[in-house]
Amino acid sequence: MATTTFTVAEQKAQDRRTRRKEAKRNVWAYVFVAPFFFLYSIFGLFPLVYGVWLSFHQWDGISPMKWVGFLNYIKLFTVDDVWWQAIYNTVWLFVGATIPQLLIALILAFIINSGYIRFKDFFRAAYFMPFVASAVAVGILFSSLFGLQYGMFNFFLSFFGIDKIDWLGSALWLKPSIVLVTVWQWTGYSMIIFLAGLQSINPELYEAARVDGADTNDVFWKITMPLMRPVILFQVVTSIIGAMQNFDIPVMLAGGTQSSAPGGTDHAGLTAMMQLYWSAFKYNTGSKSGFGYASAMSFILFFMIVTFSYLYNRANGRNLTED
Amino acid sequence: MATTTMTRNRRGRDRFAGPVVMGFLYVFLTIFALASAFPFYYMLVTATYRTVDILRIPPPIWFGSALMQNYNQLLEQGSLPYFWTSVYNSVAIASVHTVAVLFFCSLAGYGFAKFRFPGRDGMFTFLLATLMVPGALGLIPSFIVMRALHWIETWYPLIVPGMANAFGIFWMRQYIESAIPNEMMDAARIDGAKEFRIFWAIILPVIAPALGALAILTFMGKWNEFQFPLLILKDQMTYTLPVALSTLRSLRGTEIGVQILGSSIAIVPILTVFVSASRQFMSGLTAGAVK
Repeated sequence: MATTTFTVAEQKAQDRRTRRKEAKRNVWAYVFVAPFFFLYSIFGLFPLVYGVWLSFHQWDGISPMKWVGFLNYIKLFTVDDVWWQAIYNTVWLFVGATIPQLLIALILAFIINSGYIRFKDFFRAAYFMPFVASAVAVGILFSSLFGLQYGMFNFFLSFFGIDKIDWLGSALWLKPSIVLVTVWQWTGYSMIIFLAGLQSINPELYEAARVDGADTNDVFWKITMPLMRPVILFQVVTSIIGAMQNFDIPVMLAGGTQSSAPGGTDHAGLTAMMQLYWSAFKYNTGSKSGFGYASAMSFILFFMIVTFSYLYNRANGRNLTED
Repeated sequence: MATTTMTRNRRGRDRFAGPVVMGFLYVFLTIFALASAFPFYYMLVTATYRTVDILRIPPPIWFGSALMQNYNQLLEQGSLPYFWTSVYNSVAIASVHTVAVLFFCSLAGYGFAKFRFPGRDGMFTFLLATLMVPGALGLIPSFIVMRALHWIETWYPLIVPGMANAFGIFWMRQYIESAIPNEMMDAARIDGAKEFRIFWAIILPVIAPALGALAILTFMGKWNEFQFPLLILKDQMTYTLPVALSTLRSLRGTEIGVQILGSSIAIVPILTVFVSASRQFMSGLTAGAVK
């Protein structure tokens, strides 16, 4: 049997052996995590960096690239009205959809979490169903529901004496229609996230507040809301990221993929991502088109995402210190 | 309010005790549940009618008899003769992608959770940061990369780039860190097991629940993906289901019932999986949103 007493030298040798073993093992760890970094550098990082480079060029994708400096950005900022309309539409759809979506989701999550509601699992599953459906299929489905003469929505509204609404055909109603479908599809997802946030709040906090004589109002505004802030922040930031890339539902409702003038009547449903897509891949022959021009659009969108996230973060932080 | 006297339940939470308020809450919840579910019901109903019977007042609210007629037309619709080919393509792409994601993400998640290698924390922070980078903004350069690799018109662009993705790795790491005691690996090492073998034979079986949730989410995301396949796939024989559906819709004069039947085939399988595994589904989604 080996002796249990080590000399200092033996102890050091032992440590070295353990360290060597761990270092040898760690080689495997690098192998295990390597695929992500390999794939991300080729398909994630490189495209982003290359996109910046592209945005300073004029390029139709075939003939040689031509350096044009800031020309693409200057054009976008000064003469391209359709692009700014697309940006306006994108922000409109973001604000119009995100506020009701998060508000409804928050209310539903509070009710379901409140303790005495039965059939919680049923309600949760029901709200969540729209999220799993393909946006393309959902677009087809709602196009039919939105029908002018025979659509289900107008039929339903007729009971309340409301005249037929041209949901998808008029510039006025196209954006609200897209918002409606977006809210329908995403509220359940937000609700699940909020619910998980509410359930992660330690019940002892409520207990303690109760003992200190806090009423429901106090509990809601002084415990629940502050603790929910990070979850709400997460929701808003992911909504910003998602909304700036809004594509599937507007394409299906506003203009088919084959359309030469996308975005419906007066481009009312044209999002920035749609315009970017068409500029790069459909209008390849036009003078104002090409990969370079569309890459410049990408980076305007990118900076908008960063700016909005930062502004929201800041506004949120300030509220926190004022309370 | 008189009807809302506060009481406390077992768990120390508040509730509005008044039956009027409780009734109101249930009505409120039910209205939203109906609003969520109604379009799906409408979808199943409309798939069984011809356009002339859909476009009438009142619109049909109960099942019709034209399902087979719509189905036959779906198979021979205009310039899109191969509807089931697109379904097959979608199933194949989503399945292969999902299997690859499960392998690479659990492998990397294990690496991050159970090894203390130099640079680990920095690498993991980088990985989390990539979650906040909006990927679609690299659309054009990604297309150029795919073209340079001669991957246009193939399935590789849809399968390969996301195989080891940040969300999947994050999700697997969280699970492995809490579910696997270090003694498990140490015991295997003493028995002389190689590192990859430990992962394959010991770790993988234990993390099956987390793999299940990730599998469902990944499959759903790939099955529904639209923008990138639309860009990459130009040959109709390689179309995925969403691309085929959008083409079907843009063909002039396609019967509404036929379009909606096609949409049902995109929605119903994934909805069935969701209903039967909704718990795993939701647990996977909330990862990252709530610590």
